[in-house]
Formats: sequence, C-alpha cells, structure tokens
Amino acid sequence: MQEAIISKAKQLLADGTVNRVIGWKKGEFAYDITPAIFESAEEIDAEFVYDDFTSANVSKYLVKESKKEGKILAFLKPCDTYSLNQLTKEHRVNRDNIYVVGIPSDGKLDAEKIKAKGITGIIGVERNGDTLKINTIYGEETMPVSEAMSNKCLSCKSKKHVTYDELIGEDGEVIESDRFDMVEKLENMTSQERYDFWKNELSKCIRCNACRNVCPACTCENCVFDNPDSGIQNKAASDSFEENMFHIIRAFHVAGRCTDCGECSRVCPQNIPLHLLNRKFIKDINSLYGEYQAGEDTTSRAPLNDYTQDDCEASIVHERGVE
Amino acid sequence: MQRIGVFVCHCGTNIAATVDVKAVAEALSHESGVVISQEYQYMCSEAGQNLIKDSIKEYGLTGVVVCSCSPRMHENTFRKAAAAAGLNPYLVEIANIREQCSWIHKDIATATEKAIILGKAAIAKVHLNAPLTAGESPVAKRALVIGGGIAGIQTALDIAEAGFEVDIVEKEATIGGKMAQIDKTFPTLDCAACILTPKMVEASQNELITIHSYSEVSAVKGFVGNFTVTIKKKTRFVDETKCTGCGLCTEACPMKKVPNAFNLGLDNRSAIYIPFAQAVPKVATIDPNYCLKLKGGTVKEKVCGKCAAACTVGAINYHQQDEYIEQKYGAIIVATGFNPIKLDKYDEFAYNQCPDVVTSLELERLMNAAGPNGGTLLRPSDKTHPHKIVFVQCVGSRCDDSKGKPYCSKICCMYTAKHAMLIREKYPDTEVYVFYIDVRTPGKNFDEFYRRAVEQYNVHYIKGMVGKVTPKADGTIDVQASDLLSNEQLHIDADMVVLATAIEPDKTARPLATMLTTQMDTNDFFTEAHAKLRPVESATAGIFLSGACQGPKDIPETVAQASAAASKAIGLLVKNSITCNPCVAHSNELMCNGCSACEKVCPYGAITYQDKEFRMPDRTTAIRRVASVNPAVCQGCGACTVACPSGAMDLNGFSNSQIMAEVDAICK
Repeated sequence: MQEAIISKAKQLLADGTVNRVIGWKKGEFAYDITPAIFESAEEIDAEFVYDDFTSANVSKYLVKESKKEGKILAFLKPCDTYSLNQLTKEHRVNRDNIYVVGIPSDGKLDAEKIKAKGITGIIGVERNGDTLKINTIYGEETMPVSEAMSNKCLSCKSKKHVTYDELIGEDGEVIESDRFDMVEKLENMTSQERYDFWKNELSKCIRCNACRNVCPACTCENCVFDNPDSGIQNKAASDSFEENMFHIIRAFHVAGRCTDCGECSRVCPQNIPLHLLNRKFIKDINSLYGEYQAGEDTTSRAPLNDYTQDDCEASIVHERGVE
Repeated sequence: MQRIGVFVCHCGTNIAATVDVKAVAEALSHESGVVISQEYQYMCSEAGQNLIKDSIKEYGLTGVVVCSCSPRMHENTFRKAAAAAGLNPYLVEIANIREQCSWIHKDIATATEKAIILGKAAIAKVHLNAPLTAGESPVAKRALVIGGGIAGIQTALDIAEAGFEVDIVEKEATIGGKMAQIDKTFPTLDCAACILTPKMVEASQNELITIHSYSEVSAVKGFVGNFTVTIKKKTRFVDETKCTGCGLCTEACPMKKVPNAFNLGLDNRSAIYIPFAQAVPKVATIDPNYCLKLKGGTVKEKVCGKCAAACTVGAINYHQQDEYIEQKYGAIIVATGFNPIKLDKYDEFAYNQCPDVVTSLELERLMNAAGPNGGTLLRPSDKTHPHKIVFVQCVGSRCDDSKGKPYCSKICCMYTAKHAMLIREKYPDTEVYVFYIDVRTPGKNFDEFYRRAVEQYNVHYIKGMVGKVTPKADGTIDVQASDLLSNEQLHIDADMVVLATAIEPDKTARPLATMLTTQMDTNDFFTEAHAKLRPVESATAGIFLSGACQGPKDIPETVAQASAAASKAIGLLVKNSITCNPCVAHSNELMCNGCSACEKVCPYGAITYQDKEFRMPDRTTAIRRVASVNPAVCQGCGACTVACPSGAMDLNGFSNSQIMAEVDAICK
C-alpha cells in the first residue's frame, strides 16, 4: 500500500494537481507515526510512511492547510473522510483546495497493546494473516493481530469513503459495529457504579489537552477553555476529579458534530476511554431523533441544530421512561 | 464600584404572606455592591416608583434590582421609572419572587430563603449589566389577515375602515368560511347567508381590501412592523380578471360526479365550479383532481376543453401556474377558524356505516335552501322525511380519552337547540330527542332560547349519553342510550341521528404557527399573550388572533374578537415607527468559526455570513468567514448563543457571563 500511495503522491505533485502532500513520517520510534507535509518527490522518498501504525487522522490539519496557496493532497482512510465532510459542512476547510485520495484501512495497531505483552524495543511489524510478527531489537516475537489492534479499529463503523476525488483500491461499505456495547453497559450500571467508573477514569486526566488538540470537531478559533469571558477558562484544578467538567463540556460542544473517529481516546496518554462520552451522545441522538451520522454528507441538518414538528422533547421521553 | 439599590415588593399579601420581605431586604443589603435595600407594600404604585427614583438620585445608583412579580408584568414600569431618574432602563433587573416563589410555596422559611437566592442572582446579574439603547424601526402600513371567514372579514373591514390597506388570504375558492355553510343563526334564527353575504360583498368592494382567494401563506420573514410574507396563489386554471362568474362553464363540464365540498359531499358538483351562488370572488375554479382534461385519462378525455369552449370571455387557461406574491406587512392577523373533527374513531355512532347518521354541520346543509335538497329535510339514504330524530351532544367534546378533545366545543348546545326547534317548527310531526351531559347556555338570550325549545317546542331533552347506534335492515336506526335521571336504558327507533361533533382548529394552523413563531396550546389553538388581559394578541409582537383559531367561539364572540384584533392592529399601524428591543445578539468576530450553527437555528433569518480580512495573532492576514447579526431582525431569543460552540455569539442583556453569574449566585 505504501508504494501505491507514494507513487500516487509523486504523480499528482509532478502533474501539478497539487503542490503539497499531507501524509505521515516516522517519529522517534517505529510506531509513532506523525502527520507531515511534503513538498517534493525527494522529501516523499526520504520520509513518507504508511504502515500498520499510521493511525493519525490528518483531516484537522486541513483547516489551516486548505487556506494556503494551491491545492493540497490528503490521503484519507474511511473514518478520516467523515471528519473532512463534517469540517466542510461547518465551512472550516476549503474543500476546493484539497485533493482527497481515499485509501483503504484494514485496521491499525496500537503499540501500547503490544508493549503491554512485555514486547519492547519494537522496530517493525509484519502481518501474516491473523498472526503479527514483531521485530524488536531483542529478536522476533509473535502475537495475534486482533490483540494488537487499536480500540477504535476494533469497533470500526465504516469502510466506506464518504468523500474523495480518487480512490486507491476498492471502496468498502458501512459496517455493523458493536460500538455502542460499552455505552449500554454503562447505561445499565447504577448511578453510583457509573459515577465511580467515570471518577476513576477522569481522575487520571492530566489535562494535557491532547484530546482537544487532536479532535477534528475542536477547531474553534478560540476555545471556550481559553476564553477568559467564558467563565470556564483554564485554572489549576482544586481536586483530581475537577477535570470531569472539562470532558463533559467538551463532549457537549462536539455533540451532534462528533463523527466517532476515536482519535481522542487514541491519543490520551492516560488511556481514558473518552470516546464513550461522545458515543453516549451519538446513541441518544440516534434514539431520540433518528439515525444520524455526523460527516456522512455536507448538507444535512444536524439533529441538534434542527427542529421538526415530530421532534420529541428529550426530557419528557426520559421522564416517561420510553426508549 | 457598583452602587446597587434593592427594592423588595410586598405586593399586598401576594408576596408578603409567604415571604418575609423584611428578612429578604435585610439579607440582600449585605450583598456586594448593594448600597440601599428597602421593602415597600406596592413597588408598582406611584409611591413605590418614587422610592426607586429618589434612591437612584440620592445614592447615585448604577443598578437597580426589584424583587417583585414576573418581569412580564412590571419590568416596563420599573424601567421607565429608572429612565425618569436618569438611569439607563436596561440597568434594572427583576427578581421574580411572586410567580416563581411566593405563589408556589406555602412554607415561609423556604419561600424566604428562595426569595433571597433569587435576589442574589439578580444582583449578580445586574453587576454585569451594560447600558443599552433601543433603536427604532419603521412600520409597514398594511395588514395581512389569514383566513376569510367571518372573523377575517370583520377584521379586514375594521382595519380598512381606519384607512389602512389590508389583504385577506383565503385557502378556499371563496371567502365566507363556515358561516356561509350555516343555515340559521342562534338565538335570533335569522338566516346566516343574509347577514354574512353583505359583509362579503362589502369586503370585495372596499378599495383598501385585496382578497387573495384560493391562496395560502407559504413563507413569513421579518418581525413586528416589518413582515415580509410570500403568498402562494394556487392556480385555478381560470383568469380571475376575465371570469364573470356566469356559470356557463359549470354547465358545460361533462364531469358532474365531484363530491361537493361546500355541501360536505352530500351532493355532487362539476369539476369546474363556483362554490355557491354568493361566492366572493365569483370566479370559477377547476378542480385538477377531477377535471378530465387536466387529469388526463383516455385520449378522448384529454381533448375535453368543453369549459373553455363554453366560456365567452376566454378566461379558462389550462396552463396557468401557481403564482407567488411577496408583500410587506406591519401586522398579521390570524383567523384560520375551525373544523368539525373526523369521526373515524367513533364506530359506536355508526357515522361511517349509515348515511342517515350526520354531523350537525351536515344537517345545516340538509336544511339549507341552497343545500342538496333545496331546503327540505330528507334522509340522505332514501330521500324520505324523517319522523324521529336523535341528537347526540358532546361527540368528541369533553373527552378524557385520546379519541376526542378535552375541551367543551361551546357552540353545540346552542346550535342543537336551534336545530331541534327549527325541525319542530317546520315538521311538527317529527319527534326530536336530545341526549346531553349538561346543557350549557351562558350568553345573552341563550337560556331563554333553550327553554323555548323544551317548553314551547316540546323537544325531548334526556340527560344521558348514547351508547350505541345501530342501523337496522328496515332502514331505521336503533339508538341505545341511558336516561340518567330516571335510571333507565332506552332504545329509540330513529330515522336520523345528528352528532354534535366537536370542533378543532383548522389543520393549516399548526404549520402557520411555526412560520409565524407564535405559540399554540396542546389542542393547536393559538395561545393569547395573556389569558385575561391580552386575549387578542399572540405572544409574538405584531401577530393578532381573531375568531375560533384562539378557542371555540360562536358568531357574536368571533365578531367581537375580530374587531378587537383589528383595533390592536390599527394601534400598531398608526405608528410611523416602533421601538426595537436592544436585547439582541451580536457576534464576536475574533472568536467566530463561521460554522453556520447559529444561522441554522435562527428562526428570524437575522444572521448572515461574510468573508472578512483579519489580522491574526501571528501577524499574518487571513480571510475568515464570520457571522453578523442584523439587529433590526433579531428578536433576542438567544437560540444562536446556545448553538455557538465557541461562545462567539452573545446576547445583550442576557450575556453568557450574566447567566453564569446568576447560576453561580444560585448555587453558592
């Protein structure tokens, strides 16, 4: 796949379709693959990477990049295209300045899961059917692929590209996923159990803002948490659970706009399952206002920004105990 | 430093009986910024207002908090008092300690505690209040009346009488509404058409009144004094300016089997039709659902064109299209009226099984000289004289189940007495039974009228409900009922059954309410601004209510309300400009993402976007898409401020930080 992508990038640069490419390059370790901009074939040859660790969604970078001179080429996995569509809908990107090449994804790996098996010094991996061969500086190790798969890919919702100018490989379909299973589990807890669950999780937060910085729905010119007039701007937390408000407010701000790309949980250094907050909103919106997938298109009205006479009054539905 | 004055009102005992007002004034005097805290028996009185005015001058107040009734009652009073003392009126805040506190609590300690908290919240808010200045916007000197029944006609006539242009939009082919279908009117028994049609003619002849019949309102934009309304004139395939209403086309039309809507389907009309002889405008209309040529069946039918051939003035145009008119109005009066409910759910009355079970409105047509039988009361099934007629009251009214309506339809008791009396007068050999729950006859000369039916005309009034109506093979109808006073089960072999069907608002009212951003109750009746003191205004400025769209009404009440709505509209139209609400939204362009969330939720279309050049913090220049609010169109509802993800949108007088300050004060 990497060869196909690289040759496509070089071709589109050479024929002048685009003047830049957003892709990925290696970070300090083999498994921390980082988004990067390439302006020439030489740079691409030297550093471009697309492998099993290439998880990062580059859509958000296009908010700034698409406003620059000339077209930029972006390689988007199916889940990334939903983010780009949502940004297009909100007028945050200039879609005309982006050339999207859709690339397939058969699930990305989570290095933390491999490391948790006691496998360290990773220098590369090879997928062999269901078996993952891991090359380390200490020698070769193996483990099942499914155990190394990142969480967001395990509950993948779609293999379909919702926007693209060109595709590499075949397009997939929207797939049945079990993404709401854990939300249901939480819903079935008693309120005390649920409180304890979130207190335990959110108390780990070190407020590094990685979730906010990576989130493609968090593209505000000036975040409310940075706005002294909002009354909720950053300040030192008085106890370890105070950051819960940050996450709850953030979940509210992206409600109806979150495409469930899963980046928030992927980048969380404390492994907080932040995506569950967003999924709870998505599940509720689906059940109250009908199935809705943010980013599926660029024109539909989001349920929370729309009113129809058939709309239920969420609080009344809740009160009556009707699902 | 803020210098805030707090004024706690007793409202006689309305507040003081449940709230310890002295304790409230004392507690609030210790709040930060408060320099004077007083209580008084009636703050809204002249003396109370003077207390506020004098304190503003004496203490140099920068903000005023009045703990009193709902701001809907006296906010304006206190704002004016502040303005008279030289303080910007928008530096006054009301803490509602009556409707939201004293009236709903019984325990003095709890109510007092809550009143103090509400006062603290208002103080926290007034700390952040900014002086605001109201602008002015012009008033378009033209009114729109939606609905051309007796309510709409009366309203239009009164507005025109005052010298203003007024347009009537009527969805049917003629104005006249339900009253045109009614035979006689209670309690005087004069003919409905005889008193209605002169008004219809007057409306059509008045130079200031324009009637858009066969039309509907398709879009409403703007606000009080400045509405822009799009009216859809549905195609009638006839040129209104040419048609003389001679009726030759209706005779020529070969399609005669169209259920006649004016006679409620009790007889047939042609596909091209004039609803009734006195229709206004008297213009033919082609029903495209039945016209052979327009519907297009066989080749022979498609070439029909007989009406066009019969027309001597060339008014028929099969290619006519819907037309859209855009017009500015200062005021809009809703007069969409009512309809009898559908009786599909009332199988027990056999309405759908037996043609001789009819609704009261159908009976009006059956008895009307212009009706299907030329005024002779005949059974729809076999055209024979009925000799025994049973009236059933409250069909679908005063229902506690989901089949009917919870309210009393108000007019049924009187029109049933009228029907019974007319039948006994004209056909003395006919026995008439009326089954009722109660007979309700409040109104001038109403009870006398009902007593005449019972005492002079010997109508059998039986307290009790009809349980089951069963059509029998011999053509009679078995009516099974209970007589509650003698505690008997009755079986009556009736020839006809008349159902006093509940009335409900017209189905077009609900989507219209959405367009007008007015409120409705759960029964889809328009909600008045105040149930007692503002009964003909809606809560949306510039929208007035006329007739049964606001609640069940008889004709005299409808006409009275129609004139009242007209006088309210005239009061608006005589003004050259109105004061705008300065509590409108504004966008902080430096924070705006241009995401369009606010634009999508704005019910008034007040928000637009533009690409603007900005100097960015990193010293580059960027072109950004940002929202801007048209303050003349914004009504200050605040929907945009909630939708805005970045907090760029804020509302004057109700800023995000003010709301947060109130919440903080309450939660402290």
